[in-house]
Amino acid sequence: MSTYQEFIQQNEDRDGVRFSWNLWPSSRLEATRLVVPVSCLFTPLKERPDLPPVQYEPVLCSRANCKAVLNPLCQVDFRAKVWACNFCFQRNPFPPSYAGISEVNQPAELMPQFSTIEYIVQRGPQTPLIFLYVVDTCLEEEDLQALKGSLQMSLSLLPPNALVGLITFGRMVQVHELSCEGIAKSYVFRGTKDLTSKQIQEMLGLMKPAATGPQGRPVAPQDAVASCRFLQPVHRVDMNLTDLLGELQRDPWPVPQGKRPLRSTGVALSVAVGLLEGTFPNTGARVMLFVGGPPTQGPGMVVGDELKTPIRSWHDIQKDNARHLKKATKFYEALANRSAANGHCIDIYACALDQTGLLEMKCLSNLTGGHIVMGDSFNTSLFTQTFQGVFSKDFNGDFRMAFGGVLEIKTSRELKVCGAIGPCVSLNSKAPCVSENEMGIGGTNQWKMCSLTPSSTLGIYLEVVNQHNAPIPQGGRGAIQFVTQYQHSNTQKRIRVTTITRNWADAQSQIQHIESSFDQEAAAVLMARLGVFRAESEEGPDVLRWLDRQLIRLCQKFGQYNKEDPTSFRLSESLSLYPQFMFHLRRSPFLQVFNNSPDESSYYRHHFTRQDLTQSLIMIQPILYSYSFHGPPEPVLLDSSSILPDRILLMDTFFQLVIYHGETIAQWQKAGYQEMPEYQNFKQLLKAPQDDANDILETRFPMPRYINTEHGGSQARFLLSKVNPSQTHNNLYAWGQESGAPILTDDVSLQVFMDHLKKLAVSSSA
Amino acid sequence: MNVNQHTPMAPPYGQPQPGYGQPGYGQPNYAPLDGGYPAPYAPHNGPASAYHPGIPQQGYSSFTSFPSKAMAANPISDPCSPLDLGPARGPPTSGPPPVQAAPQYNQHSSGDIQNGPPPVTQAPPRPPASMQYNQGGVNMSAQQPSFPQHYGPPPTMHQVTNQMTGMHISSGPPTPAGPGYAPPPSSQPPTSSHYGGTPQPSYSQSHPPASSAPSQPPPSSAPAVSQQYYPSSAPPSQQPFNSLPPTSQQRFVSPVQPQQTFPPSSSSSYSGPAPPPTHTSSAPVTQPQQPFLPPQPPFSSAPSGQPPAFTAGPPPPTQGSFPLQAPPPSSQPGSFPPPGPPPSSVASGQYPSSMPPPPQQQPPQSQPPPFHPGPPPPQSQMPPTSIGQSNHQPPGPQGPPSPTGPLQQPPLQQGMPTGYPPQHNGAFGQVRSPQPGYGGPYPGQPNYGAPAPAPQAQKRLDPDAIPSPIQVIEDDKAKTNEPFTTGVRGQAPPLVTTNFQVKDQGNASPRFVRCTAYNMPCTADMAKQSQVPLAAVIKPLATLPPDETPPYVVDHGEGGPIRCNRCKAYMCPYMQFIEGGRRFQCSFCSCVTEVPPHYFQHLDHTGKRVDCYDRPELSLGSYEFLATVDYCKNNKIPQPPAFIFLIDVSYNAVKSGLVSIICQELKSLLDHLPRENPEIDSVIRVGFVTYNKVLHFYNVKASLAQPQMLVVSDVSDMFVPLLDGFLVNVNESRQVIESLLDQIPEMFADTRETETVFGPVIQAGLEALKAADCAGKLFVFHTSLPIAEAPGKLKNREDKKLIGTDKEKSLFQPQAGFYNNLAKECVTQGCCVDLFLFPNQYVDVATLGVVPVSTGGSIYKYTYFQAQSDQERFLNDLRRDIQKPVGFDAVMRVRTSTGIRATDFYGSFFMNNTTDVELAGLDCDKAITVEFKHDDKLSEETGALMQCAVLYTSCSGQRRLRIHNMAVNCCSQLADLYRNCETDTIINFLSKYAFRGVLNNPTKAVRDTLVNQCAQILACYRKNCASPSSAGQLILPECMKLLPVYLNCVLKSDVLLPGADVSLDDRAYLRQLISCMDVAETHVFFYPRLLPLVKLESGALPVAVRDSEERLSKGGVYLLETGLHLFLWVGASVQQELLLNIFGTPSFGQIDSSMTSLPVLENPFSQRLREIIESFRAQRSRYMKLVVVKQEDRAELMFKHFLVEDKSASGGASYVDFLCHMHKEIRQLLS
Repeated sequence: MSTYQEFIQQNEDRDGVRFSWNLWPSSRLEATRLVVPVSCLFTPLKERPDLPPVQYEPVLCSRANCKAVLNPLCQVDFRAKVWACNFCFQRNPFPPSYAGISEVNQPAELMPQFSTIEYIVQRGPQTPLIFLYVVDTCLEEEDLQALKGSLQMSLSLLPPNALVGLITFGRMVQVHELSCEGIAKSYVFRGTKDLTSKQIQEMLGLMKPAATGPQGRPVAPQDAVASCRFLQPVHRVDMNLTDLLGELQRDPWPVPQGKRPLRSTGVALSVAVGLLEGTFPNTGARVMLFVGGPPTQGPGMVVGDELKTPIRSWHDIQKDNARHLKKATKFYEALANRSAANGHCIDIYACALDQTGLLEMKCLSNLTGGHIVMGDSFNTSLFTQTFQGVFSKDFNGDFRMAFGGVLEIKTSRELKVCGAIGPCVSLNSKAPCVSENEMGIGGTNQWKMCSLTPSSTLGIYLEVVNQHNAPIPQGGRGAIQFVTQYQHSNTQKRIRVTTITRNWADAQSQIQHIESSFDQEAAAVLMARLGVFRAESEEGPDVLRWLDRQLIRLCQKFGQYNKEDPTSFRLSESLSLYPQFMFHLRRSPFLQVFNNSPDESSYYRHHFTRQDLTQSLIMIQPILYSYSFHGPPEPVLLDSSSILPDRILLMDTFFQLVIYHGETIAQWQKAGYQEMPEYQNFKQLLKAPQDDANDILETRFPMPRYINTEHGGSQARFLLSKVNPSQTHNNLYAWGQESGAPILTDDVSLQVFMDHLKKLAVSSSA
Repeated sequence: MNVNQHTPMAPPYGQPQPGYGQPGYGQPNYAPLDGGYPAPYAPHNGPASAYHPGIPQQGYSSFTSFPSKAMAANPISDPCSPLDLGPARGPPTSGPPPVQAAPQYNQHSSGDIQNGPPPVTQAPPRPPASMQYNQGGVNMSAQQPSFPQHYGPPPTMHQVTNQMTGMHISSGPPTPAGPGYAPPPSSQPPTSSHYGGTPQPSYSQSHPPASSAPSQPPPSSAPAVSQQYYPSSAPPSQQPFNSLPPTSQQRFVSPVQPQQTFPPSSSSSYSGPAPPPTHTSSAPVTQPQQPFLPPQPPFSSAPSGQPPAFTAGPPPPTQGSFPLQAPPPSSQPGSFPPPGPPPSSVASGQYPSSMPPPPQQQPPQSQPPPFHPGPPPPQSQMPPTSIGQSNHQPPGPQGPPSPTGPLQQPPLQQGMPTGYPPQHNGAFGQVRSPQPGYGGPYPGQPNYGAPAPAPQAQKRLDPDAIPSPIQVIEDDKAKTNEPFTTGVRGQAPPLVTTNFQVKDQGNASPRFVRCTAYNMPCTADMAKQSQVPLAAVIKPLATLPPDETPPYVVDHGEGGPIRCNRCKAYMCPYMQFIEGGRRFQCSFCSCVTEVPPHYFQHLDHTGKRVDCYDRPELSLGSYEFLATVDYCKNNKIPQPPAFIFLIDVSYNAVKSGLVSIICQELKSLLDHLPRENPEIDSVIRVGFVTYNKVLHFYNVKASLAQPQMLVVSDVSDMFVPLLDGFLVNVNESRQVIESLLDQIPEMFADTRETETVFGPVIQAGLEALKAADCAGKLFVFHTSLPIAEAPGKLKNREDKKLIGTDKEKSLFQPQAGFYNNLAKECVTQGCCVDLFLFPNQYVDVATLGVVPVSTGGSIYKYTYFQAQSDQERFLNDLRRDIQKPVGFDAVMRVRTSTGIRATDFYGSFFMNNTTDVELAGLDCDKAITVEFKHDDKLSEETGALMQCAVLYTSCSGQRRLRIHNMAVNCCSQLADLYRNCETDTIINFLSKYAFRGVLNNPTKAVRDTLVNQCAQILACYRKNCASPSSAGQLILPECMKLLPVYLNCVLKSDVLLPGADVSLDDRAYLRQLISCMDVAETHVFFYPRLLPLVKLESGALPVAVRDSEERLSKGGVYLLETGLHLFLWVGASVQQELLLNIFGTPSFGQIDSSMTSLPVLENPFSQRLREIIESFRAQRSRYMKLVVVKQEDRAELMFKHFLVEDKSASGGASYVDFLCHMHKEIRQLLS
């Protein structure tokens, strides 16, 4: 049904939205029976090179609890110069500036192709972006040098008027004053003491004398003198800061044998948050935390400094053996919430061979829209390039980052908002369209995303509330409006409005249509997000069970089968891939913690819940390309049968790029054929996947781990753990003809999974 | 008040004492005084007169000098008699050594008074001492000689007392009184003998001339006469006195001595006459023996002889004029009146004029009625008084002198207002009829004589008649010619005011250890009875003069120092090697310990190790051991120490220019960090912190181009923000440090921060040292009360209303316990804190000082600091403080031999338990006063041993043990105790004791305690050591005759008796400052040095004058130093020449009193004066800012505050009044 696919594609391109269902069941009951909720993946700031922003204020519905933005779906009476809100049906007069409106002279927002439109508004002072580096100095010398280099380099990438600040920490936390000449000055905090924001501001001398706060309002952020000491425009302190970074020394406190260095990450972050809170609340700011190890002291401590006590593992957590976990998590959550409340985002760049406490700290980024980057060392291209990627620019030369985003959702009255899953926090806005049924971060129709990138994607979950006995007239349409206010990286305040509409369909009579409107990719990702969201708070097996159940119910609903006859089971084309996604999702690191450290799990989940659909799908089901002399590169099944001796495989899991040389290829390479002029084609064959990989590496953020391995190589595990184990040591006998590589695992293969699924789907007892 | 002081010290003092002795004669005066004191002088006068008769005659008769004293005494009224003590000494001393001295003294004494002229030259020198005593002195002088002799002898005490009595008697002598006194003295026979000597008579005779005559000069001339008189008189007197005995005897003896001292002739004459034989014999003998031995003999002989002397004494009165006078009281009056305190004066007056007689009679009658009985009874009475005096006198060789001195002085004063006996003497000397003159001066006497003018008399108590610190000091100087060797156990060293060299022969140098008593009582009962504090003031790291070798460093190898197995005492000269050297017995605990093989050495035939003299630890009193790793904290060789400078950069500090001054100075000072080898750079590391409400640390690592500042605002929980680069080696980081010090003033130039913290500042330093794992010193420069929110935050609690109430003590206590805990931590780490305060208002020194005081640090305070005027003082203090030798992380332990135990410690330190004194830092200026108590009996044979071991880290980071050993004698006779005391040390102890007391007791209670203890000490002496005498006499032990004056100074100090303008901070500051002063510092602090700047000769300082306004001449310029302050007082009618020489300006009005240094003028006077000032400053641990005070100027008030013999503005008693009060107390105790 190419039309739907085209429709979906078109919608995504235009509005950055993918719905699980593109026809909406018209009653709550029917909707519930569809198993997969009406929901969508929404990319608020999807890059739209073709969409120039308009330079005026949006026209809002005058109803106090509606305030929907004028959009193409509104009924307009050009003569009366009034428009009817399509959400609340309030009739609103056009503002005076729209006096000249007519059928032939319509503002952009009324044109159907501008279902997504962006306004530039003049509101409040334009404050420069703020970048606050929080740098761990308990690093190996090599790492520190590399990090210093990266930081110095980054100064040249920052917008010249941006404010920068520097906090370094190790055993102590130092806030560097950048305005002073001569003696380099810094404020020092001990790393073991939790300080309130007020204390921090007092200690930094940011509190004005009592006389200045007569109205009891927060200390004015414009206290230029005070704040400027720590946050200075890049162009002014460029040299100073470069020198300062250059002089950064490793934490000088001795680290006894058998101990970890004392690292006060918690206090450093607390100081950073407190500093910004006191000086620039509600402006775009980025706290960039660079850590080379786990916090080992003070609040937010993740592990003690005794090396003999290893950092918590999933095993410890399951056994409730992680001493600091809850306390640290609580601490970082509090910090994240404060930071989010002030619109500041926190990035975490963690480079270490061991864990660094991302599990505890993840909320900092998750709630504020910050990045998490995990690497082995700051001295790797993974880090340096990813870090540069943060400062990448779009086609307009603007940074691909936005701040202080607030997403508000308005729905037509048949719909309510259940929640959202993504890098956002609830603003607790209790509008009429808020459902009592929470999915993800619910209970609100507004969310704050302190930092946004063009790819930041939220999963939005809706609920059809129309009662079964109040059918919607044929041809009725439901609508959703996404209003995203944010601070553009050029400091402009902008509002992007996306208004979506879909047809209602009666599930009883139009089930076929509904089925065919199913977007299985979006649904897979949306369900996966729900699963991951649950996994944060529930036991892994429960989540899997829930997922399985949903899958079975879906199959029961839409499968064609004879009861109790698994072999008769069929799924329509629009659902055919869905079980396979679920199969891989079950095996993915988002839901499986085996073989992953808590940090890795956190890292993977972090990215999974913020990337757009394409990237998310890659994460669920990695892409496998095969290169051979037999033809052009082709995608192949993510299956062990695809692992052939004369192929080169390129697997993209989003987090890793694996190039795998089949056995024969590897032998050839060892033999050095590629060096021989007569085997130039072999050389090219070897090069082809690398080139493709490079293309991916350049565009992807964060940069994936690049792995070049071969048959029998230790790193081949990355490939082997992902492919469907269709051939294992258990069915070796079956192996013969087509070959492939047996995977030594007891995991079930897709085949087994499907068989089982069919059996359950057709079972009447399920 | 016979201030008869025993001159236990006899030996040394002996000679000088003589001089005193003469004064001692004055004692007679005391005797009178006694009477006088109680009933004021008037009564005394009466008594005196009564006494006079007896004593005077004797004294006079025998001693020309006595007479003078007697004169003084009498005239002064008995009150003066206290002074009589002097006389007492006189006699004994005069005896032997005195010979020379005595003679001189005598002469002087006489000279002082009358003899002055001839002897003047000689006399002058001594005179000074005696001088003051003048009258007495003069007379005394004569006596003194004898005293010395007496003193020389052990019996000194007795002698003194005797002498004293004698003195009294002498006073008495003038007239019958003398005799009368004598009798009582009889107990003191010796004195009586002196009396017998009744130089008085002679004096009296000579008196007129005698006054001068007393002084030796006259002696010659007068002497003869006196002698003659004596003889003549003596005989008679003696006879009479004989009955009287003791005192008279003593006096006689003294007289005798005087005689001896005097021209032999006199002695002969005396001998002849007085003691008649015995005395003479004794006297002569003594003289010959002069040294010390003589004294004894004299005494021994004296006793017996004395009586005769007394008898002779009486005669004396009769002698010369006395006779006439004497008969009636006249004799006394005549000769004695003078001596007699008030009466004496009266007497003297009388005497001269003949008045004496009447007065005497009269006085006696009036005052003395009791005495009167005395006259006839006088004697009887006299005895008491005289005894008192005499008793003291006996010991008196020393005591007497002073006593006499006083007495004498009075006369002098009368005769010669000024204290300077010498001159007066001279004058007097010329005027043989000085007595008459005295008489005049003594107007009081007349009064006395007449009705009961007593009151007046009391008031009139002649300051010159009471013991003079100056005289004591000068006498001690005069008699100290040879290096002091420490080999002899129980030998008291010269006074702290005397320059002397020390040779370590087995006991610690007095520069390291000074004891209150060098002869400790054997039993606790005795100690308790005497109330004399048993304490030692230890200054473990004292710097020695260049001509003395610093302690040798001994290395006993890996095993560490060799110690007793049981008590852990370190190897020292007291250890007894036995069994051929294979073992040694500890002299502290008697435990026997094996000698380690590597330390074995054979013994010689005397049981000494053959290598005894090759090993410092076996032959010296002070030495050092190299400590092994076992003696180090955590068994780790210590890191080199560090100095951290913490500078207040709040608004006040910046504005006053302080910050720039400090930074500027530090740049050069850093090159002068302490080091042991001047060739090598100091290993001490330095660090810098500035602070106001927050702290700024600086990274000055050598590799940095610019220093880095690290601000720590979390003052509630202090920590050190950096490790590497905070403490650095000066040479390596010089560039960075200089850059930092240049920038600090600029950085804070515009600061508006006025609040400061303090607790966190110290914590910061402490943490830094902890982090660096080393000991060290913090230099904190602080300006204001720390009111910023932080641990150790303080409130302004200055409340002057509390002063005088029971809550006053709370003002001395820290207001927060925080600092006590902090101090404890500091000590644990070896972190010593030196605090420089620059307050403009109350900063609560009592609290801020807790840490410095507990860590062995110092506090410097510059109130209202102004760069221009205070910079010099501050910078000099800072320089010295940084450069001075210092040890860190020290623990001091005092071990003692069985029977005695160190029970209490005073000073800047911390104690965790009862035995270990912990000092985070110990510098060369810090002294620790240790009090001992008996816990068993001591034995006279072994004496009492103490070993003070200080384990410390030297400034080069070497762990060492400094050992000081001290052995003192033990006695079963209280007299021995009183003879071997050191008043300066006692005062040091008492002041520290009292200043600690104010922490927990109302100030008034503390003052009362002090007075009580002092009274008990003196009363005990009076009761047990002095020969019986009238209760009216004040009898002081020779060694302690200055106790009252010094004690009065302590009582009047700002701490115990604050004036209205003295802030709480000042008091707390002084309190803490004094707690770690050594004896020399407390001495000059309590009794400032006041130098008349008349003629300045290179090489010698002018003789100081007493701290009284009366001593200041309008035409003079005086320099006063207290160790903290330095004043240049300019009289209103000062000579132009002097002004030109000093200030380069001819007009008084043009002197700029705000100058802090004298203009550099190219004249010898100016040069010398500046030299003197420089030398003063060099002597003291703190730089004294020169303050020019013009007479009548407003600033004079401050200056007058230091004239401690005068009544103070805050209500402190004058010396004279206090002496009377003390006497009253003593009498109460005795009754």
